[in-house]
Amino acid sequence: MGQPLIELRGLTKAYPGVVANDDVSFAIKPGEVHALLGENGAGKSTLVKMIYGLVKPDAGTMTLNGAPYTPEEPRFAREQGVAMVFQHFSLFDAMNVAENIALGMENPPRLADLSARIRKVSLLYGLPLDPERTVGELSAGERQRVEIIRCLLQDPKLLIMDEPTSVLTPQEVEILFRTLRKLSADGTAILYISHKLEEIRTLCDEATVLRLGRVVGTCTPRKTTASAMAEMMVGETLTAPARAAVASDEIALEVTGLKARSPSPFGTSLRDITFTLHKGEVLGIGGVAGNGQDELLGALSGELRSDADTIRLGGQPIGRRGPEARRRLGLLSAPEERLGHAAAPDMSLTENALLTGAHRQALTKRGMINWSAAQGFAERIISRFDVRTPGPHTAARALSGGNLQKFVIGREVLQDPRVLVVNQPTWGVDASAAAAIRQALLDLATNGTAILCISQDLDELMEISDRFAALNEGRLSEIRPAQGLSVEQIGLMMGGAHGMEVAHV
Amino acid sequence: MDLTAISPTLLIASLMVAATPLLLAALGELIVERAGVLNLGVEGMMITGAICGFAISVETGSPYLGLVFAAIGGALLSLLFALLTQLVLANQVASGLALTLFGLGLSALLGQSYVGVKPPSMARLDLPGLSDLPFVGRVLFSHDPVLYFGIALTIATWAFLKFTRAGLILRAVGENHTAAHALGYKVVRVRILAILFGGACAGLGGAYISLIRVPQWTEGMTAGIGWIALALVVFASWKPLRVLLGAYLFGGLSVLQLNLQAAGLAVPVEYLAMSPYIITILVLVLMSADKSRAPASLGRIFHASS
Repeated sequence: MGQPLIELRGLTKAYPGVVANDDVSFAIKPGEVHALLGENGAGKSTLVKMIYGLVKPDAGTMTLNGAPYTPEEPRFAREQGVAMVFQHFSLFDAMNVAENIALGMENPPRLADLSARIRKVSLLYGLPLDPERTVGELSAGERQRVEIIRCLLQDPKLLIMDEPTSVLTPQEVEILFRTLRKLSADGTAILYISHKLEEIRTLCDEATVLRLGRVVGTCTPRKTTASAMAEMMVGETLTAPARAAVASDEIALEVTGLKARSPSPFGTSLRDITFTLHKGEVLGIGGVAGNGQDELLGALSGELRSDADTIRLGGQPIGRRGPEARRRLGLLSAPEERLGHAAAPDMSLTENALLTGAHRQALTKRGMINWSAAQGFAERIISRFDVRTPGPHTAARALSGGNLQKFVIGREVLQDPRVLVVNQPTWGVDASAAAAIRQALLDLATNGTAILCISQDLDELMEISDRFAALNEGRLSEIRPAQGLSVEQIGLMMGGAHGMEVAHV
Repeated sequence: MDLTAISPTLLIASLMVAATPLLLAALGELIVERAGVLNLGVEGMMITGAICGFAISVETGSPYLGLVFAAIGGALLSLLFALLTQLVLANQVASGLALTLFGLGLSALLGQSYVGVKPPSMARLDLPGLSDLPFVGRVLFSHDPVLYFGIALTIATWAFLKFTRAGLILRAVGENHTAAHALGYKVVRVRILAILFGGACAGLGGAYISLIRVPQWTEGMTAGIGWIALALVVFASWKPLRVLLGAYLFGGLSVLQLNLQAAGLAVPVEYLAMSPYIITILVLVLMSADKSRAPASLGRIFHASS
């Protein structure tokens, strides 16, 4: 194939204090699946936002089919045949599927005609969807289908996919890949953003690697190894976390028949969850987002109450106790949402450290706060977990996602818990920081803490868990030893393909 | 007590009149809230509309011109709110309360020389044939044009939200402004337009009180109707047809309790006076027990960079 579909030359974009993209150039041919690789903060999102017209480049040019391409806004990009599936879905929960799709189109037909077309295209590509359903009731995989079909209805020439597989089961990923391969065979170019290297090796034809906003290399993923690509991405060699298995027979936490209603209207209630957690053990809980993860964390941390006997900490019934009482007994937790749930955005790191550490670190005395001790605790977290920040007086909001994540996990780890519950501990954290967090969790387990790790990153769970179970629609699967589990088995535990089908043509 | 003194014809006819200012203000606020903005300044915009409409009517002698300027006055005041909340990102609750206080003060100032003046009256719509029908003719077909405009506006609002693309975009902005922005819609522009519409409706509702329902000018004459309109939008689950129902229910009960007072019902006046509020809220709370909920971005500040 001769002429590239889209060509980027010297794209540069700077924000105050940081250069997001510096002289980025590459080209994509029609029908090519092109991977854009890089760590968080490498500038992938800014780059695709420029292609989609959401951000204007400071310098550099783009050509589409040989003609200059300067999208002023997304509308213009869509007219030119550029479509995008967002990382955090750009969907409207209270509206139905057809209305959501109409919002993403330039000249949508009448809703009745649109519904008919949605049914046709969704069957054609094996992504069945009912146009009348309310989006808030759909699973993550189904929501992604809505986004993809929204793009497909516009016959895109270039489809941009921003980390599409982070919310899917392995079976759903397989189906998505078949859909993408069919699209590429039809001549649609795909720009595929991910940091999952094995996926890129199976799917992509070419890859461009970004680091700190610059292109640091290109490769043909099928011909390189995952570790070679990882080193290109990170710029250093990574070591996998190591641990000595010391799980004892002593039970730290016992959960029997736990039921909890979800507080959010579109959440998943917990149904009859039973497990035991031993001292020094790491139990990994996988599952697609929205299957009860937040509710499980809430029920264990004490935000959601249950019957006293359903949760026992070292034999003591604690189901009716609130978060602070559980913290005093040594059950600590770190929720997924960093800003607003794990940390109060506008309070300083010292204040945030105080919020959960007050009792166990003895930071208050007769109701008065010992500020110097609180600041000392915050400083210990900062130095021990390499949190990059001007100091403990900085507001939590001002930290980057990865740094704040290190802080909120470190805050719980340093309190020497008996049981630690974490949800998505390395979500949005770069590879080296993620490795540090995992190592800290394993070290804690080695010292006898029982750890429950809820995550959607299966590689992470396989790396650190002793035993593994999956949440599916609020139920917990059978618990199995993590060693020797195949991807196939894990996928089935997570609920299989949720009724998805493979493309029919 | 003599209940026969209450004429059903007059009762229904006057409940429609009593309900109209509330209906107009609530419809405007409904559109504002569906776009994701909480404007607590309804009372201030209504009273400003009331004096603008009154003054212009008296000066020009045309009640219709008065109504047009009432809408303009309400919209201008809401523009202040739009500037504060959409462009300099001020807190919506505080700005809305400030708007109410400002509107009450401004209207008192503007209205100083209009106390005790009688405005030109508006001709009732006379529909040949229909208006002459017994009972129905008096009740339904011999009102002022604004009352019919209120009903038409309810239906238009409902159809706008349900069937038009612009309505879909407005709901999208109110539901998830980040996603709407990512899809390339102008969140701030949509919201400013919605706020202006809300201001115009509130102004019109205020002028309806000062020009048609009362008709004269006194300070603070909207007497809390703006606050009722705000509550009505919530209890009506952000649905136009329920707003119509709620407004008529409230209007009906207000008129009925006045009639009962006049008829000498042996219940303390205070209980009668509070009954419209309690019953309207009760009915709408029961109706809003279904799954409908507030627009998800309601009251949240939007900035394109976040």
